[in-house]
Amino acid sequence: MSMLTEGRPTKQEENIIAPDSGALKTHTGNRALMVDEPLIFETGSPDRSGVDLPAAPSAESRLGGLDRDEPIGIPGLSEAEAVRHYTRLSRQNYAIDVGLFPLGSCTMKHNPRLNEKMARLKGFSDIHPLQPVDSVQGALETIYQLAEWLKTLTGMPAVAMSPKAGAHGELCGILAIRSALEARGDAREVILVPESAHGTNPATAAFAGYKVEDIPANASGRVDLDALKARLGPDVAGVMITNPNTCGLFEPDMKAISDAVHEAGGLVYCDGANFNAIVGRVRPGDLGIDAMHINLHKTFSTPHGGGGPGSGPVVFSEALEPFAPLPFVEKTEEGHFHLVEEETAEDHHESSFGRMVAFHGQMGMFTRALTYMLSHGSDGLKQVSEDAVLNANYVLRSMEDVLEAPFAKSGPCMHEALFSDNGFANGLTTLDLAKGLIDEGYHPMTMYFPLVVHGAMLVEPTETESKAAIDQFIGALRSVAERAKAGDELLKSAPHFAPRRRLDETQAARKPILVWQEPEEYAEAAE
Amino acid sequence: MRYLPLTPNDRQDMLTTIGASSIDELFVDVPEDARLDGPIRDLPMHAGEMAVEAHMKKLAKNNSAAGDMPFFLGAGAYRHHVPASVDHIIQRGEFLTAYTPYQPEIAQGTLQTLFEFQTQVARLFGVDVANASMYDGSTACWEAIVMARRITKRGKAVLSSGLHPHYVSVAKTMARFTKDQLVSEAPTLEAATDGADLLDQIDDDTSCVVVQYPDILGRIADMSVLAEKAHSHKALLIAVVTEPVALGAIKAPGQMDADIVVGEGQSLGVGLQFGGPYVGLFGCKQKYVRQMPGRLCGETVDAEGKRGFVLTLSTREQHIRREKATSNICTNSGLCALAFTAHMTLLGEKGLRDLAMLNHKKAVVAADRLAQIKGVSLLNDSFFNEFTLVLDKDTRPIVRKLADQKILAGVSLGRLYPDESALAHGLVVAVTETTSDEDVEALATALEGELA
Amino acid sequence: MSRYYTDEHEWVDVEGETATVGITDYAQEQLGDIVFVETPETGAELAQGDDAAVVESVKAASDVYAAVSGTVVEVNDALEDEPALVNSSAEEDGWFFRVTLSDKSELDDLMDEKAYKAFVDGL
Ligand SMILES: Cc1ncc(COP(=O)(O)O)c(C=O)c1O
Repeated sequence: MSMLTEGRPTKQEENIIAPDSGALKTHTGNRALMVDEPLIFETGSPDRSGVDLPAAPSAESRLGGLDRDEPIGIPGLSEAEAVRHYTRLSRQNYAIDVGLFPLGSCTMKHNPRLNEKMARLKGFSDIHPLQPVDSVQGALETIYQLAEWLKTLTGMPAVAMSPKAGAHGELCGILAIRSALEARGDAREVILVPESAHGTNPATAAFAGYKVEDIPANASGRVDLDALKARLGPDVAGVMITNPNTCGLFEPDMKAISDAVHEAGGLVYCDGANFNAIVGRVRPGDLGIDAMHINLHKTFSTPHGGGGPGSGPVVFSEALEPFAPLPFVEKTEEGHFHLVEEETAEDHHESSFGRMVAFHGQMGMFTRALTYMLSHGSDGLKQVSEDAVLNANYVLRSMEDVLEAPFAKSGPCMHEALFSDNGFANGLTTLDLAKGLIDEGYHPMTMYFPLVVHGAMLVEPTETESKAAIDQFIGALRSVAERAKAGDELLKSAPHFAPRRRLDETQAARKPILVWQEPEEYAEAAE
Repeated sequence: MRYLPLTPNDRQDMLTTIGASSIDELFVDVPEDARLDGPIRDLPMHAGEMAVEAHMKKLAKNNSAAGDMPFFLGAGAYRHHVPASVDHIIQRGEFLTAYTPYQPEIAQGTLQTLFEFQTQVARLFGVDVANASMYDGSTACWEAIVMARRITKRGKAVLSSGLHPHYVSVAKTMARFTKDQLVSEAPTLEAATDGADLLDQIDDDTSCVVVQYPDILGRIADMSVLAEKAHSHKALLIAVVTEPVALGAIKAPGQMDADIVVGEGQSLGVGLQFGGPYVGLFGCKQKYVRQMPGRLCGETVDAEGKRGFVLTLSTREQHIRREKATSNICTNSGLCALAFTAHMTLLGEKGLRDLAMLNHKKAVVAADRLAQIKGVSLLNDSFFNEFTLVLDKDTRPIVRKLADQKILAGVSLGRLYPDESALAHGLVVAVTETTSDEDVEALATALEGELA
Repeated sequence: MSRYYTDEHEWVDVEGETATVGITDYAQEQLGDIVFVETPETGAELAQGDDAAVVESVKAASDVYAAVSGTVVEVNDALEDEPALVNSSAEEDGWFFRVTLSDKSELDDLMDEKAYKAFVDGL
C-alpha cells in the first residue's frame, strides 16, 4: 500500500489542555475573523487609484487663475484594496441583517431587498431633479402614488413629501402651524412638548423660533390632560405630542387633547415616529391632529444606512393644507403630473410657506417605501402593526418579573416595552446591562430615553422577528438583567468579546480629534 | 406575507403567554371609534415580488433616464460615473442596515468610515474639521447661516446673487420665521461674479457673507477679498460648493480663508436620484467646532488602549441639549456619506485631479463648440464643468422641446428664476466625464435647429 | 473672605466687591467627568438667576446660573484647556468666573457652608 499520511483528522487530540483563549496573544493582534483595519490615510497613497479615466482633450484651462497647486492630501486605493477595506470595516458593525436590533423608537425592521432593486431602476436612479416635467412623469406619479397611500393610511387630506427626515418633517409641520397662525394675525410664541418627547421636538420648535415649555405626564406615562388644559391660552401656538408615545403607550386622550388645543386657538402636531404600532389599524386623522410626520425609514422599511438617509413626509389637516411647502406634485384632470414650484404668475399657492429643501425630497426613499407598501398591501400593513404590538407585549410580559416595567400595570404596551434600572445592585447601570447584551450577540435596546424613567431601557422587537428569535433574545436579556441585579462585577467591563472594549468618550470630548493628522502632529498635540 | 415570520400558532401561543384573548385586547387604549375593523379600503391587498416589480418598472419606464440620451443638466446635481464597487460597498448589509453608531463597540465600521469621510471633506474644503453629514447642500447652507448668527450674535446675512436660487429659497423660508435678515438679489448675465458688489453690503451688523463657488452660472472668482472684508467687520465668510469635483482643480475655499464651507456631496458616489437622498457636506475652522450642527465622529482609545472611534461633542445635539441644541437634525445622510467616501477613496488625489481636469477640458471644448452656433454666446470667462449660454430666444420652451426629442439640454434660467425675465435667455450647461463628443454635437445640432 | 452656597450647587467667594463663582465638589461628583466649560464673556452683565455658564460631561450639559448679579470681570481661562480642573479642584482651581457685585444684599439669601452641607445631606 502507499502510505499517505498527509491527511489528518481535525478533531483535537485528547489530553491537550487549551489555555484560556483570552490570554492568547497573536502576532498581528487580530483574532481570526476579527481583524483590525487601518485608516486609508495609513495604507493609501495620493498617486494610487481604483478608477481608470480616459485622457482629457487638449484645451487651455479656464479656471480663472485659481488652479489648486498644493497637495490635497487624499490617499487612494486600488479597487481590490478598497473593497477589502470596506468589507473588513463592515464586519465590525452590528446590523439588522446580522441579528435582532431592539432599538426602541427606531423601528429596526427587516429592509426588503426588492426595495433596493427597485430604487436602482435607471428610470428612478438616473434622472435629474430639474428635467422638464414631461420627461419625468413616472417619477412624479411615483411621488403622487406614495402620497395617496400616506393620506389614506393616516386619514388626512394632504401631505408634504419633501422633508428629508423625521426632524425635518417636524420643522415642516411647525412652520405650517406658524404660517396658519400668522395668516390669521395670531402671533403666538409657545409650543408645549411633553418631557418624554424625543429631543428633536423641542429642538425643532426652537429652530422655528418658538419658546418651548414642558407638558407634565401623569402616573401612567401619558400626557396629563388637566395640566395641559390649564396651561393652554392665547400664547400657546400648539402642542407636539408623540402618539404612540415614547413610553410605548397609546395616548387614549388624544382626541380630547386635540379638541382642547383647538378650542384654545392652537394647533396639534403629532410626532408619528411610532406609526408602526398603529399603521392599518388606526388613522391619526380620526384623532383630530393637524400635522404628523412619518419616518419612511422606520415604518416603511427604508434602510437606516448607519445614520441616514431618511425621509419624513408630513400629512396635514384641512386647516394646514394651504400652507404646505413647495414643491409638490399635482395631478391634472387629463392625468398629467404637474410640479408646483416657486410661485409664478400661473400658480395660485401664495399661502405656501415656501421651500424647505433644494429639490423634491428623498426620491430614493419614496421608491423603496412604495415598493414596501405594495408588497404588504392594506391587509399586510394591518398585520405589521398587530405583529409589532404582539411581539412587544410578549417581551414585556416575559421580562416584567426580572426588570421593572414602570407602566406595565396599567395595561398592554404598543410596539415597544419600557423598563427601568430599578433593583440593579452594586452600582450597575443600564449602560452596563447594554454592554452585557453586546457580549450575548445583540445590539442593545435604546437606553436613557425617554428621560421620564430612571435608566430607561426601551425595547422594540418589530414585527419582522420570529418567535424563536425573540425567545432567544428574551433568554439573553433575562440572563443579563439577573446579573445586573446580582451585582455581577464583570458587567462593568463588558463588552468583552466585541471588536472594541469600552471606548473612552471623555478623552474623545476633552481633546477632540475629528480628522486624521499625520503622526508628527499627533506627537506635537500630545505635548 | 414574506416579511412576517409569525405563524398563526405562534401568535396564539404568544397571546397565551401575554394573557390576552385576542390581538384587539392589546389595542384597548385606542378609543373604540378610532379603531378600524378591517383592512383600509381603497388600497390594494398584499402582492408578490413579481407583481410589485411590474408595477414599479412601469413607473420607472415613464421617465427619460439621463444615461439614455445626451444629457447636460447640472445646477446643483451632477451626473458622474460611479464605480461599480461603490454600490457593492454600500449594499453590504452591515452598512446598509445598521443604525446610527450609538454603541461604538459594535459600530466601528460605520464610525471609522465617518472619520475617514470627515477627514476627506475637511481636506477637500481646506478647513480644519468637517461633520458626519447633513441632509443636503441647501439645508447645510441654512445651518451655516444659523451657525454664523450664533457665533457673531448678529442676524444679517448677505447672500451672493450667484447662490443657487433653491438654496436662497430655503434660507428665505427659514429666515421669515427666525427673523434673520437676508440681503439677496437675482444674478445678472455678466461674466464677472458679484464679489465687488457684495463688499459694500458687509457692515458691522453682518453675520456672514454666503458665496457659491463655482456659482450658479458656473463662474469662479477668488473669495480672498471677501474674506478679508468680512473679517474686518467680524463677520464670517461662508462658501457653498455644489460641485465637489471642482475642488480637484481649483483652490479650496479654506485656502481663501472661508470660515465655514458647506456643500452638496451628491457628485461623488450618490447619483442623481431625482434630487435625493443627497449628502450635505459641512466643514469649518477648528475654533468654531462647538457651534457646528450635526454628528461628529472622533478618535479615542478603548479600555485596552486600542484606537477606536465614537460620536463625540454630542452635547451640541438635540438628544442632549433639546431646545438649546445647535440644530434639530438627527437622522442625517450616513449611507450617502459612505458612498461619497468610498468613491473618493477609489479616486485618490490623482484620480480626483484627473477627473476634475477631464471634466474641465471637456467643458471647455463643448463651450467653444456651442458658442459657435449663431444666436448663442458664452457668458463665462472662467468656469469648471458648467457654463452659461445666452441664447437669442427664451430658453425654457426650447429645453422642453428638446426633451421631447430626447435631448436633455441643460437647466434654463427660466426654470430656476421664473419671475426674472432678464434671465429668460440663459441656459446653464454641465459637461462631465459622462458626456461624449457625440452628445455635444447632438445638442449643437438641435440648438442650431431651434435658433435658425 | 467669606464663602456662600446656593441650592443650585454653586459656591460664591466674596472679597470686597468681587465675587468668585464655581460649582461645588458635590456637583462635580454628580456630573462625572467634565469635558467642557463654557464661561461667560468678560464685561457681561448678569442678573441673579441668569444662565451664566454651561458645564458639560459626555452625555449631559448643565446650565450654571448666576448666583449673584454683577458684571463679569474675569473668567478662568485655564478651564478651556483643562476642564478636568473642575473634577480635581472644583472649589479652588476650578473656579468659573469673577463678578463685581451689583447688589450685596443678594448674599443674604445664600447658604453658609454648614447649611449647604445639611442641604446636600438631605438630598
Ligand atoms: C420619537 C421620535 N421623534 C422624532 C425622531 C426624529 O426622526 P429623524 O431621526 O428621522 O429625524 C425620532 C428618531 O429617532 C424619534 O424616535
